Amino acid sequence: MRSIDPLILSRIQFAWVIAWHILLPAFTVGMASYIAVLEGLHVTTGRDVYLRVSNFWIRIFAVAFGMGVVTGVVMPFQFGTNWSRLSDSTANVIGPLLAYEGLLAFFLEASFLGVLLFGRKRVPPWVHFFAAVMVAVGTLFSSFWILATNSWMQTPAGYTIVDGRFYPTDWIEVIFTPSFPYRLAHTVLAFYITSALVVMGVGAYTVRRGRFPEEGRVMMTTALSLLAVLVPLQLIAGDQHGLNTLRYQPAKIAAIEARWDTTGTVPLTLFALPDQAAETNHYAFDVPYLGSLILTHSLDGVIKGLKEFPPDERPPVPIVFFAFRIMVGAGVLMFALVVVGWVLRGLGRLFASDWYLRACQLAIPLGFIAVLAGWTTTEVGRQPWTVYGLLRTADSVTPSLAAQDVLVSLALYAVAYVVIYPTGFLFILRLIRNGPGANVAVPETPVQAGRPARPIHDLPPLPHTGGLP
Amino acid sequence: MTESTISFVGIWSVIIAAGLFFYVLLDGFDLGVGILHGFAPSTADSDVMMKSIAPVWDGNETWLVLGGVALLAAFPLAFAIIIPAVYFPVLVMLLALAFRGVAFEFRFQDPGSRAFWDRAFHYGSIVATFAQGLVLGAFIQGFRVEGRQFAGGSFDFLTPFSVMIGLALVFGYALLGAGWLIMKTDGALQAWARRAGHLCLLAVFIGIVTVYVWTPLLEPTVAARWKSWPDVLLVVPVALLTFAAGVWEWRVLNSSKDAAPFAVAIVVFLLSYLGIAISLWPMIVPYRFTFWEAASSPSTQAFLLVGTLFMLPVILMYSGWSYWVFRGKVRGGQSNYGEV
Repeated sequence: MRSIDPLILSRIQFAWVIAWHILLPAFTVGMASYIAVLEGLHVTTGRDVYLRVSNFWIRIFAVAFGMGVVTGVVMPFQFGTNWSRLSDSTANVIGPLLAYEGLLAFFLEASFLGVLLFGRKRVPPWVHFFAAVMVAVGTLFSSFWILATNSWMQTPAGYTIVDGRFYPTDWIEVIFTPSFPYRLAHTVLAFYITSALVVMGVGAYTVRRGRFPEEGRVMMTTALSLLAVLVPLQLIAGDQHGLNTLRYQPAKIAAIEARWDTTGTVPLTLFALPDQAAETNHYAFDVPYLGSLILTHSLDGVIKGLKEFPPDERPPVPIVFFAFRIMVGAGVLMFALVVVGWVLRGLGRLFASDWYLRACQLAIPLGFIAVLAGWTTTEVGRQPWTVYGLLRTADSVTPSLAAQDVLVSLALYAVAYVVIYPTGFLFILRLIRNGPGANVAVPETPVQAGRPARPIHDLPPLPHTGGLP
Repeated sequence: MTESTISFVGIWSVIIAAGLFFYVLLDGFDLGVGILHGFAPSTADSDVMMKSIAPVWDGNETWLVLGGVALLAAFPLAFAIIIPAVYFPVLVMLLALAFRGVAFEFRFQDPGSRAFWDRAFHYGSIVATFAQGLVLGAFIQGFRVEGRQFAGGSFDFLTPFSVMIGLALVFGYALLGAGWLIMKTDGALQAWARRAGHLCLLAVFIGIVTVYVWTPLLEPTVAARWKSWPDVLLVVPVALLTFAAGVWEWRVLNSSKDAAPFAVAIVVFLLSYLGIAISLWPMIVPYRFTFWEAASSPSTQAFLLVGTLFMLPVILMYSGWSYWVFRGKVRGGQSNYGEV
């Protein structure tokens, strides 16, 4: 048992640090692009409302991005501290992908972020806009490389194995693995939708409070327009990603749908309690044919059941099954929210329907829930492998680790994140409460650094921080 | 196969060494400002200190990530042995960096919890630096290895020697931080930074001398290296130059020059770094694996080299640009945004 403990604890630790971390890119990737759009709208239309909305979100973005940086620095070191055998075995192939993320994305983000946050007065407006675009591009590069890495581990390609270690044979195949385009599209869309839902909910809140109605309306209409495109696209991307998974990771699909036996004309199990030991479902509620139709796009498409796979090559079915249903459920709610929003907009009652504005507020966490559930589906669903079908998770862990080592580190990560996340969350709530209009009608701050201030709007002192000198 | 005849190990050794040094300098000075932050003469001064690094700290920290993943990509065996061997120092460093990193934003958000986040920034900077020193100490001590894996205990790193290196690095980063503050501030705070710089320099000097005496006693391989011909031709001049640079730093700290203390502190670091590099070369897992033995496949190194050689100048260019945008003296003001 003692040799197993560090493994389980290391898995919990990785799940803990990645789950908290992914919430931040889920928000900042979309937000970076949204800020770039607002800055662009301001530069082209000259309307100040875009500037005020942009400044409002830049503040919130700054808090989230700072948290994203420090929790992101933790991630690559996990490969070394807890998964050294995975590192030794796969570094020839995935090492450069992770390094390219650093080279192409992180420096781009970090360098231009400083200008985006602090440089409004130090650079001309178009340079500030350019900085916003570069930060957005950086977050997308980052998504590209990290998902290329993840996709290679899910559907490895372009490699050969010598003495238990992977060697690259074709870099194009390594980067563009079979699941990569689908995973990239599905994930980036999810991140964009997450940000758009936050903007829409905060916009609805701002409209309801009535203090800054113009800003609130701009947020709601921009977000609703984006969601009208993004959510339907996501349905297509998710469907295609599912077909791809069926082809390359059939055991994951079988776990998602809790299919134990191989059959054609598969029903869709809307609800069940999957029983891994007994290889069956309890209390199943099935819709005939629908499983085959969704998974294979034909009424009698054959789906491989879990019994086709040896028990030690099956993922934990209940987790995958329920995580997937949470994700899809969240997606259905988003779709409904967008449809209703457009109907109200058509009727000219979007901002007058208090119940809908409240619904938008309640929908703020939906994107995050869907991202976490989707991530859980794909990561638990690929167990028991780190490199699918080739390297087991159990063989990936650092051999020198003792259980108490990981117990201590897990406890410290737990405490640290439990302090940092609620604090950051409360600060973001406070910024939202203060509202976007807090940025106007504040006189220019004194000339700094011996250079004349540029006559454009600047971020003023934060409200409610009377303690500052 | 031309691929197997061309080796990129040499150039990758240089890139990794240079990247690590860049990290030490850049995050070194902003960690150093954090170390000094808790001793600032006034709240207004501590605000100015923080503002002087707010726009650049996360770019600086990015070198740590790049160093980690580049080591993974270019010398995976070293990554897979060294990082588990320093499991706890890495853990403590990451957590300390996390607390100190979020403090930049958090301390401005709420006057009520501001004292807490100021302390998080100060102690986080100290602890992260000390942990990096422990890693360096453990690295110089060497690691127990079986096959391709670390085979020692999780507290092997903790020795009087590594603790000494940890303390020396705290003063070293504080010296860089003082140099940065002298360059970026003026008036009373600048004068204070000069005094702090003197104190740190004294401690750094003691630290360097101790390392030069202690390391050969601890590690016979290094002792043999220092006595052997022609290595002695490198070791002795580097040691003497380090000493000279220390004296020079003392003088410029006393002068009225603004940028020189930072520049000469960099020279002190560079020479100390060279001293360690000369002593351990060509080992990347000291006394066990060379750069060549720990290297990833030639195809891996080649693939990453193409992008690195293209991107490094670009990165240096726009990092440099962001420093240029925020050039000049930092003074007190009302908020951290827009005017830093």
